[in-house]
Amino acid sequence: MIFEKVPVFSKSCIIVLGGDMSHHTTVRKTHLNDIHKKYGGKLVDFHGWELPVQFEGIIKEHMTVREAVGLFDVSHMGQIFVDGKDARKFLDYVNTNNVAKLKKGEGVYSHLPNGKGGIVDDVINFCLDEERFLVIVNATTSDKDYKWFVENSKGFEVKISNKSDDYSMIAVQGPKSVEIMKKFVPELLNYPRFGIVEKEVMGQHCYVSRTGYTGEDGFEITAPHSIIADVWEEFMKLGKDLGVKPCGLGSRDSLRLESGYLLYGSDIDDEHSSYEANYGWVVKLSKPNFIGKELFEKQKKEGIKRKLTGISMEQGIPRAGYKVFKDGKELGVLTSATYSPSLKKSIGMGYMPLGLNIGEEVEVEIRDKKMKAKITEIPFFKGGVFYFKLG
Amino acid sequence: MNKENLKYTKTHEWIGIEGDVAYIGVSDFAQSQMGDIVFVDLPKVGAKAEKEKQICVVESVKSAFDIYSPVNGEVIEVNSALSDNPALINQEPYGNGWICKMKISDKSQLDSLMDFKTYEEFVKTQAH
Repeated sequence: MIFEKVPVFSKSCIIVLGGDMSHHTTVRKTHLNDIHKKYGGKLVDFHGWELPVQFEGIIKEHMTVREAVGLFDVSHMGQIFVDGKDARKFLDYVNTNNVAKLKKGEGVYSHLPNGKGGIVDDVINFCLDEERFLVIVNATTSDKDYKWFVENSKGFEVKISNKSDDYSMIAVQGPKSVEIMKKFVPELLNYPRFGIVEKEVMGQHCYVSRTGYTGEDGFEITAPHSIIADVWEEFMKLGKDLGVKPCGLGSRDSLRLESGYLLYGSDIDDEHSSYEANYGWVVKLSKPNFIGKELFEKQKKEGIKRKLTGISMEQGIPRAGYKVFKDGKELGVLTSATYSPSLKKSIGMGYMPLGLNIGEEVEVEIRDKKMKAKITEIPFFKGGVFYFKLG
Repeated sequence: MNKENLKYTKTHEWIGIEGDVAYIGVSDFAQSQMGDIVFVDLPKVGAKAEKEKQICVVESVKSAFDIYSPVNGEVIEVNSALSDNPALINQEPYGNGWICKMKISDKSQLDSLMDFKTYEEFVKTQAH
């Protein structure tokens, strides 16, 4: 067995096993790096960030989040603040989902359409106040999103600030996260999914939202770097009797895929639309105007030719990049795939032609062998409270 | 198998000799680096194995790993218990987690492999 660069999560992500991280000069460390080392995290290079892929093991961490509560360092995620008289109007224009209707303390998951039938990023928009909004964006796209916002802000009275370098972020996920919420941020209990509160924590201004990427209940805290390690330890303390565990990117990926959450750069990108991603519910054609609205109307009317489709298999482990076949004909390529610890079988998804039925037999090519698979409904796992309903 | 009596490759496989038969598996370091093993694409009985060439693939949750044959030979038995419980490699890499049995064609090839002590030193240079 040779430990070399092996792709994980997506085609574009390279991790190094058993290698020395120190000669990667461009790798950025989060402010929880020492904490990860303290808890035995196996650090890897994830899109230029040194982050733990696992601590005790992916399956154990995955099941901890499904049954108890786990902590994730998601400091690589970005924060863009949009302030001003037209903040609401502007965000409604650059998003597919309805941002205009958000009240203070509410949030909404949405796509940023690129006006050419693709997606700039998938984000969560939070209304902090009438004229103050926070947009949580993906790590690799924060600069791109910021530029996109600025380019499209002509005629809007808004101030756009990319504060991604100023904040760290921790996700607390799992059914028992509510117990930590009760003690740490009880005011959030009154909020539904995507609610957000601003809160002084350890003397610092923080943002705490009822969000996550696992399908379970939970919350995420955006905090200045100076307190993030102490916040992590506070969660470890509050969760001690609940069985809390530090969790890595490995389980983050298997949890999100089971729950049907998209990974930008793999499942969605500048080439695929929200309808094709089977996320039509984030596109609100009833809105007066937004970028690319006419393209969405056209797609809705004329229909799409390909759709993000789920597969599952009892034998063999599919990976992103593997091809799917039906009667010897290639249907498409998997954009995400993994072993599902909750279902104890393999799952994956990729863009395939319309007309495939749930349960229909197909094949996935694994190392020149065609292995049996079945077209499967997404989300694959519905045990969590907050899986996304596709369609 | 007693790990101290095994021979090791630089690619982290081990080989243990019992008479004319050799057991093959992966080291404890290898299983810890791979993480939770969820599938073993076992070799076929009768397959010809060549030193340093791939004989099978072990898949963990996060990735697929090629396993290389330590010596030339022929696969005479595979550990079918791994089909139902691939995590045996994580739990007992030197015991019930063995991968296959081989008939070795050239015993002198064993001389080029590392003994336990040398391998332990080698692992130290590989670890973080």
